Amino acid sequence: MRRRLAARVSSAWWTALGVAGLDRQRWQGFSPLLRRSVKAVLWVVIGLLLIKFFGVWNNTAFALAAVVLLLVVPPYQRVVIRGFRVGKWIIPAAVLAIAVAYPYYNGSMPQLPIFTTFPMMSTMVGMGVFTMMALGLNFVVGYAGLLDLGYVAFYAMGSYAAGWFASSQFSAQNLRLGAIGVTPGLTGFHFSIWLVLIMAGVATAVIGVLIGLPTLRLRGDYLAIVTLGFGEIMPQIATNGDNLFGTGFNLTNGTGGISPIDPPGFGNWIGHHLHLPANYLTLGTNADRAFYWTVLALVLLTIFCSARLRESRLGRAWIAIREDETAAAAMGIPLMRTKTWAYATGAFFGGVAGAYYASYIGAAFPDSFNFNISVIILVMVILGGMGNIWGVIFGACFIEYLNLEGLPNVGSWLNGHFGPGGSDIQIWHKVLDVPLYEYGIFGVILVVVMLVRPEGLIPSQRRAAEFHEGVHDEPLYDVTA
Amino acid sequence: MADVLLQTFALRKEFGGLVAVDDVDFTVPQGSIVSLIGPNGAGKTTFFNMLTGVYKPTAGRIFFAGDELTGRPPHVYTHRGIGRTFQNIRLFQNMTALENVLVGMHTRLRGNLIEAIMRTPRVRQEEKEARARARELLEYSGLRRKEGEFGRNLSYGDQRRLEVARALATQPKLVLLDEPTAGMNPQETVEFTDFVGRLRSERNLTVLLIEHDMRVVMGVSDRVTVLDYGEKIAEGTPQEIQKNERVIEAYLGTAAVSAS
Repeated sequence: MRRRLAARVSSAWWTALGVAGLDRQRWQGFSPLLRRSVKAVLWVVIGLLLIKFFGVWNNTAFALAAVVLLLVVPPYQRVVIRGFRVGKWIIPAAVLAIAVAYPYYNGSMPQLPIFTTFPMMSTMVGMGVFTMMALGLNFVVGYAGLLDLGYVAFYAMGSYAAGWFASSQFSAQNLRLGAIGVTPGLTGFHFSIWLVLIMAGVATAVIGVLIGLPTLRLRGDYLAIVTLGFGEIMPQIATNGDNLFGTGFNLTNGTGGISPIDPPGFGNWIGHHLHLPANYLTLGTNADRAFYWTVLALVLLTIFCSARLRESRLGRAWIAIREDETAAAAMGIPLMRTKTWAYATGAFFGGVAGAYYASYIGAAFPDSFNFNISVIILVMVILGGMGNIWGVIFGACFIEYLNLEGLPNVGSWLNGHFGPGGSDIQIWHKVLDVPLYEYGIFGVILVVVMLVRPEGLIPSQRRAAEFHEGVHDEPLYDVTA
Repeated sequence: MADVLLQTFALRKEFGGLVAVDDVDFTVPQGSIVSLIGPNGAGKTTFFNMLTGVYKPTAGRIFFAGDELTGRPPHVYTHRGIGRTFQNIRLFQNMTALENVLVGMHTRLRGNLIEAIMRTPRVRQEEKEARARARELLEYSGLRRKEGEFGRNLSYGDQRRLEVARALATQPKLVLLDEPTAGMNPQETVEFTDFVGRLRSERNLTVLLIEHDMRVVMGVSDRVTVLDYGEKIAEGTPQEIQKNERVIEAYLGTAAVSAS
């Protein structure tokens, strides 16, 4: 249905242009550069007109439009310097530069239509953390095709690992290893956060393997249900872990959670010699910048690992399993081991992200690890485009932005224009609490995307085809290995 | 007699009450081309699936190159040197032809997770060699210039060829081909028969073939085994099989006589 509609729109479009003297053949005859420029300029003009409609029409908007044109139009792909294809790095490098510099121009950005302001630094940190988690889940769901509905378990595990090794939770012990900003005299494990991130990642990967060994023998729906179970078990352990097995051993401090967790920092020596912040919390209003740049580095690391693994022997094995498990096994891929690696890798990044977030908010509370988080991360992966790194990043940033800041902003914009005393037309008389309908709105977004573009907003080449043509995968009943 | 590469003893598979393969003793000598024939539903593919570990036998034992492999998972069979194709083509549809072949090399490569992330010189070297070998295999199987095509975009004949290339990529000692000429036109079938012969002469492979086309079976096989209702009803050279009354009764009819 969707295709027919698209075809009809497209043919109507060409008929209209044909009347104006530009038929399809002539358009195809233009150089690719010209075609791309015309398209980009058209989009930018439409965008600017839309912005104008919402009353935001200033110099920064034009500057933004110029940046978009500069990124999209020139054929960077073809730049070759001394045999090295430098071209393919130009756009990523430019985007990275824009991201790194974000804290400096964040304050002077224009008002967006409907969404009002650009995301604050604290929102950017949250977006970074969830991008990392979504990329972690992408190993499991996007690459290996294993539906995991309990990813929050890894997030929780990472957060609690940070709680155990960077707070006063185990006050009977007293061990310090490069910890920053700990009040003298406090007991407990206090390790440097950088060490804790690695420890949390490894511990979570181990949990991933432990969960994976019994569950990964299952296929499809059964796997999804069992992972859902583990996603519920972990927060329950966190809630009830203050008296483990009735021994009085306090593992998780129950509903009270673990707090405070030590902040990141590089310590006085590095702080003095390399001018990196000694302790993020003493930076005052600039703390969020440091947290943002750190999470940006972590996200880059995750992207790097994702990209490298995708083009490796293991990545090919994951995709083969997703495509056809039986054929993959017959081609010599050990199913259990390979799936477990996908699980462990995904868990690792979930754990690191969880630990970093715990250090950022300075606490780990059991009620922040509920089923909704698993679903939201899954939605990020599906919305952006399963298996495609850039799609997943986009999905994660977009959803987490809406979650933290976008929906309240949209709400205040709507209320300001159409609510009580609205500046345009007063449609409703009570203030509308938009974030209250968060899950409803996400649900609608997901349904619309699945109907209109089932492969996600920025799909990988493979996935796009799969959704439109369908893939056969007949289960064989005996493969349990 | 030559060395025995693959041997089964009283191999049996039951699905519920149905006996799909009934205590079959079977031998594939090293360097031979053996065909497995039989009417539809005779249990040929089930037998194949047991020989590659996809199905676990209900009873009986499988020996390959002197080792018992009964009950091991499929990747062990592949690792020891049994490569296969599927009756209903099972390519990785959304991977390129080259990637399909590279997946076949999985057990012969060693790069692990950490090495892949670091892209160590060893892994880089290994990948380079693997790609070169994969291209060579594609060319050998008649898929030159198709390496960038997705599996699903290949023509039917090319998909069959790619399945063979992928099976060869596992560096097998024994290749199991499950109805490789199904859907091929007569010209392609002749080419393919020739190709199977070359697999033995050029690559030193042993071939086990399930086939319905009697010209292929009689033209290329050293030995033929006939299954009917899961039972082995005959075994011997193509000439012997053509004259075997039970076989003619069960399956061949006049087709074999006119083909020879």
